[in-house]
Amino acid sequence: MPENIIEKFEIKHLQILDEKGNADTAILPNLSDNDLKKLFELLILSRQFDQRALQLHAEGRLGTYASILGQEASQIGSAYALEKTDWVFPSFREMGVYITLGYPIWMLFQYWTGDERGMKTPDDLNIFPVSVPVGTHTPHAVGAAFAAKIKGHKTAALSYFGDGGSSKGDFHEGLNIAGVHKLPVVFICQNNQWAISLPREKQTASKTIAQKAYSYGFEGIQVDGNDIFAVYKATKDALEKAKAGGGPTLIECFTYRMSDHTTADDASRYRPKEDVETWKDKDPLLRLKLYMQKKGIWTQSYEDDVKKKATEFVDSEIKKEEAAGLPDSKDIINYTYKDLTQRQKKEIKEIA
Amino acid sequence: MARINMVQAINLALGQEMERDKDVVLIGEDVGKDGGVFRITEGLVEKFPDRIFDTPLAESGIVGTAIGMAAYGLKPVAEIQFMGFIYACVEQLLSHASRIRSRSRGRYSCPMVVRTPYGIGIKPPELHSESTEALFCHMPGIKVVVPSSPYNAKGLLVSAIRDPDPVVFLEPTRLYRLIKEEVPEAEYAIPLGKANVVQEGTDVTVLAWGSMLHRVLESIEGFDAEVIDLMCLSPYDEETILNSVKKTGRVVIVHEATRRCGFGAELSAFIAEEAMLHLKSPVVRVAGLDAVIPMARLEDYYAPSKERIIKALNKVMEY
Ligand SMILES: Cc1ncc(C[n+]2csc(CCOP(=O)(O)OP(=O)(O)O)c2C)c(N)n1
Ligand SMILES: [Mg+2]
Repeated sequence: MPENIIEKFEIKHLQILDEKGNADTAILPNLSDNDLKKLFELLILSRQFDQRALQLHAEGRLGTYASILGQEASQIGSAYALEKTDWVFPSFREMGVYITLGYPIWMLFQYWTGDERGMKTPDDLNIFPVSVPVGTHTPHAVGAAFAAKIKGHKTAALSYFGDGGSSKGDFHEGLNIAGVHKLPVVFICQNNQWAISLPREKQTASKTIAQKAYSYGFEGIQVDGNDIFAVYKATKDALEKAKAGGGPTLIECFTYRMSDHTTADDASRYRPKEDVETWKDKDPLLRLKLYMQKKGIWTQSYEDDVKKKATEFVDSEIKKEEAAGLPDSKDIINYTYKDLTQRQKKEIKEIA
Repeated sequence: MARINMVQAINLALGQEMERDKDVVLIGEDVGKDGGVFRITEGLVEKFPDRIFDTPLAESGIVGTAIGMAAYGLKPVAEIQFMGFIYACVEQLLSHASRIRSRSRGRYSCPMVVRTPYGIGIKPPELHSESTEALFCHMPGIKVVVPSSPYNAKGLLVSAIRDPDPVVFLEPTRLYRLIKEEVPEAEYAIPLGKANVVQEGTDVTVLAWGSMLHRVLESIEGFDAEVIDLMCLSPYDEETILNSVKKTGRVVIVHEATRRCGFGAELSAFIAEEAMLHLKSPVVRVAGLDAVIPMARLEDYYAPSKERIIKALNKVMEY
C-alpha cells in the first residue's frame, strides 16, 4: 500500500498596512475616516494610559504593571471589531482592549493599585476580570460561546492570551472542545515574541502559533499584529464566521513586547537591545499616522490636539481613582459567597 | 561563613547539590539566563549549562516531566514561579508523584523537589500571595517543607533534594530578602520531619512556620512562650509538639492560610487526640480570614497581625 497524504495545511500571514503606511486597497477593511480617527485616538489614549501607569508605578502609587507598549494595534484593532454583546476574556496585558471597549480608565488604575473594585465590570460590558494564571481562561471563552450557542444568541466570545499562554494545557483543551462543537469563539494570541525571558522559538517548536488551530480542526491565521487593519479585518471576519455558525478561529497577532515583561522585570538580563530597536520601525501608531497623512486626514495640529486631550483625560481619570478612596476591609469577606457563613459573620465583626 | 539572605542560601544549596550529584537537574520557567524571577537560580546556568532547562509555560508539564525524570534516575528540582500557578500540578502531584511508590510497590519512586515561592508580603498582583500548604499536606506520599531562615532554608533544601520521595518546598516570599544571617559554606543537612524549638518557655506553646514564625517572635514579649518552628509540615514532628504541649498546657497555632481546613486544623485535632488531658485552655488558631486572599490594598487585614496573635495569647492565658 502506498503512503498517501491525507491532510495538509497552509498558514496565511496577513498584512494590509506596511511600515511606510501603504495599504493594500484590495483587502482594505471598510473603515470610514471617522473610524480611522477613532482608531488613531484610541492608540494615543492607550499609550498615554500605559505611560502614566508606568510613571505611577515608579512613584510607588501603582503595583506591578504589565505594559502594552508595541501591542496597541493587536489590542485595539481586535477589540474594535467586537459588538457590545460579545463576551471578552482577557489576560493581564490587555489594557488597550479594555480602553477600546469603553471600560472606565479610572477603574483600570484602581485595579493596578491592588484593589478588586477595579475589576467590577460595568453592567453594559461583558468583559471578564483580568486572568492572572496565564492561558487558564481560554476554556472560559469556549464555555461562554457554548452557552450563546445553546441559548441561540448571535453572540461570540473572544479570548486573549500570549505566546506563553499557548503552551498551557487549558489552552489546548479549550481549543479542542471549541473545534469539536464548532463554537462561536475567536482566540487571539498576541505573540509578542517573549514570555518573560523565554523567546518565542523556545516556547514551541511549531513554526507558527496559528497552525495549532489545525490540530483542533479549525482555521488559524497569522496577522501582522502591528498592522491595525490586518488585525481588525481578521477579527471581524472571524467574528462573522463564528456568528454564522462557521466555528472558531485562532488569530496569531505577530507583534513585539517593547517594554520589560512587567515593572518587576529587567529585560536587559536576557534580551538584546538591538531586537527592540528593529521593532521600533514597525510601530503600530506610526504606521497608521503615515497612512492617514497620505489620505489627508492627519495633521500635526490634529495629533497635538489628540495627545493633549488624552493627557488631560487620563489625568482626570487618575484624580477620579484617587477620589474613590480606600476599599472597605469587610469586602474581603463580603464577596466570598452570596451569603455570609456563620464564621464569616463573626470574622467580619473582628476586622471592622 | 558569610551573612546571606534566603535567596542566596537557596542558590548556594542548589549549586552545591548540583556540584555534588550530577543527577540533580533544574527545570522551570525563566530559571536559566534570567536566573528565575526571584533570582534564586542566578548564575547556575553558567556553571551547569546542560542541567538547567527553561521550560515553556506549562506547569503541569513541568511537574509531570520531573516525575518522569525522577523515575528514570535523575533528581529534578522543579521551580513553579509562584504558588498560585501550582494548582495545575495538583493532578500530577496527587495522582502520580504521591503514589507511584505505592502503586508500583516500590519498583518506582519519585525523588523530586518542587520549589515555589509562597505567601503574602510583597504586595504583588493577584494569585501571587497564596498559602495553600494544607492542600499538599493532604497528599500522603508528598512531603511539605517550609523554611523560615536562610540557615534552615539551605539545610532543609539539601535534605529535600537527597530525599527519596517527592518534596514540595515552599519558600516564604516575604522572607527572601528580609533576613540575613550566618550560613556556613560547608555542607550540612537539616532532617525533614524534625521541628525546631526556637525559644523555650513554660506557659504556652506557639506553633508556626515560614513567615508567620517571625510575626510570632515579634508578638510574644511579656509571655513565657515556647515557640516551635515546624519547618516540615508533612510529616510533622509529633514528638516535639507533644512534649511541649504537655509542659505548657496551652497552644496557639499561627498561620497565614485561611483558617478553615488550614494546617492548624490538623495540629489542633492531633493535640486534642493525644494531649487533651494536659490542656488548661482550648487550642486557639490565629489564621487568615475565611475568604479569598485580597489584593495589595487590603492584604494587611487578611493575615494574622501582631494584635491578633497577642489577643490569642491573652485568651489562652486567661485559663
Ligand atoms: C500559569 C502561570 N504561570 C506562570 C505565570 C507567571 N507569568 C506571568 S506572565 C508570564 C509570561 C507570559 O507570557 P505570554 O503568555 O507570552 O504573555 P505576555 O506576558 O508576553 O503578554 C509568566 C510566566 C502566570 N502568571 N501564570
Ligand atoms: Mg508573550
